[in-house]
Amino acid sequence: MLSELYHILGGVKIFEEMTYLDNSACTRLDERVFEAMKPYFFDTYAVATSEFGYSMGIEAKEGLEQAREGIASRLGADPGEIVFSSGSTESSNMALKGVASALKEKKGKHIIVSKIEDFPVLNTAKALEKQGFDVTFLEVDPEGFVNLDELEKAITDETILISVQQGNQEIGTVQDLKAVSEICEAKDVLLHTDATHSFTRLPLDVKELPVDLVTIAAYTIHGPRGIGALYIREGTPIHKFMDGGFQESNRRAGVENIPGAVGFAKAAELVTPEETRKLQAMRDRVIEQALAKIPRVTLNGSREKRLPQNANLTFHYVEGESITLHMDMRGFALSTGSACFSRSLEASHVIMGIGGDHERAHGSVRFTFGRYNSMEDADAVIDAMSEVVARLRVISPLAEK
Amino acid sequence: MKFPYSEKVLEHFRNPRNVGKIEDPDGKGLEGSPACGDMVAVYIKVEPETKIIEDVKFESYGCASNIATGSVITELAKGKTLEEAKKITWKQASEELGGLPPIKAHCSVLAVEGLRAAIRDYEEKHGLVIEQEETTEEVVRRRLKHVMNPLTGLDVVRTNLVLKTTVEDGVVRVVVDLPSDHQFASAIKEDITEKLESLWDVKKVDVVFTE
Repeated sequence: MLSELYHILGGVKIFEEMTYLDNSACTRLDERVFEAMKPYFFDTYAVATSEFGYSMGIEAKEGLEQAREGIASRLGADPGEIVFSSGSTESSNMALKGVASALKEKKGKHIIVSKIEDFPVLNTAKALEKQGFDVTFLEVDPEGFVNLDELEKAITDETILISVQQGNQEIGTVQDLKAVSEICEAKDVLLHTDATHSFTRLPLDVKELPVDLVTIAAYTIHGPRGIGALYIREGTPIHKFMDGGFQESNRRAGVENIPGAVGFAKAAELVTPEETRKLQAMRDRVIEQALAKIPRVTLNGSREKRLPQNANLTFHYVEGESITLHMDMRGFALSTGSACFSRSLEASHVIMGIGGDHERAHGSVRFTFGRYNSMEDADAVIDAMSEVVARLRVISPLAEK
Repeated sequence: MKFPYSEKVLEHFRNPRNVGKIEDPDGKGLEGSPACGDMVAVYIKVEPETKIIEDVKFESYGCASNIATGSVITELAKGKTLEEAKKITWKQASEELGGLPPIKAHCSVLAVEGLRAAIRDYEEKHGLVIEQEETTEEVVRRRLKHVMNPLTGLDVVRTNLVLKTTVEDGVVRVVVDLPSDHQFASAIKEDITEKLESLWDVKKVDVVFTE
């Protein structure tokens, strides 16, 4: 019985030995991050006051500014160019809506985004479209790469902002941000990039790349959720998009999440190139083993230019929610691009965007690795997947028997 | 939060009954398509005198509730006459399974339709269906009762999501009382189109949202 495999903890069923491979959805907090945050909950819990405030507030402000320096240094930015937010959704809203508001009268109402952007960018662009902005949703090739010629052609005198992500949330495709930024610079258009899934894992230096706005978040790197940041290059025209107090140099209203910011900076500091290489080895193992051991499997995204922690494969003739449920019963946490799994009952717009059909989205499974995974997990997940896929194919009307 | 599926759903999902193909079936039904997502195939063997379903098997390319419903309707249909089996509803299957989450109604209703399609196939092959019915507004509304509203788990007609339907020269127009950027707008549109465009005299399906 299923219930025997689980022990009940606070009403939630938890597998005794859960292998968590959904690290792009969220990651386990690192204890060192928690330790860094703790004093800002219990000792230095004041808001960041001005230097004319009381001492606890001044200390809190110091903590916040140190965190800002930490985050800035990982991007090659000046601390003053970092604005903390509640996460990547807010950061991308701030970037798109803020620039749209600042430039609609001065320059125009045209925005360009790739059609496989994550929801914070995609749905913000759609919301702006409803308000009368003109949005171009750029096509991508079968591996998810933005067509640079098409991007260049899409730019007009009215174009105020281009948003192209660094690494894709689902299929892991890493865009040629250098080429994209050069086009934007030559055409004098602002560039925003969503680096939620690539921050600290892939190089991104705003001194080298002419990127104007960068969305980042802590939840993908074993930091706390509810904290992120937007890099805003000095001098970028942007309006404040949420009304309230004058925090964050009057760029983001609301009480600063100082423990979060401190935790975010600590999390960013803890990511090392060695660790990233380990994740990449697990990713490669999963891709190679799945393609070698399981028939009728397609890799989604690029083999070479992909996020180090991401593997995404379609197991044909079977449906993703059935796979993830069977895998859950075996102790693996995974996600799928199947319509049955999504909150809107729609097949993944990313898989559809790369020219896949419903069938390809239906059987797609995403494996994302993190600090607490090992090579054994990569092997074990493929062993379990071969069993589950074979079992589901027995009952599938599409599978060759 | 509790796990969304009952123990019985999970049990049928893990060990589905009557799985597979029947070689040379007396009736075969295929509902859904790989292009739209879930798909179910149902095969039946019928005793010609008594019209009793002697054997029934199913195949599923779908999620857990689709597989579990397929499994449970084969159990319900076996040993019943065609007339009795036709009356098996999604609600009965769902109750038999100890309930299904509303958002999953869409995936599970397909299995019930698969069984009905297999019975219809048998009837057509054995001259029990006289003529093809013309698609009228009434037929459209009847079909739309198989499109589930993911917000409630009840069909879109009963939950008043369908404001208006018209049929003109093979073009069916359905007005849905939702904004076009609603969370479920695309899923409902796809489902409505799929249910109506398969009708023999329908050329085009227009799904219109109110905002």
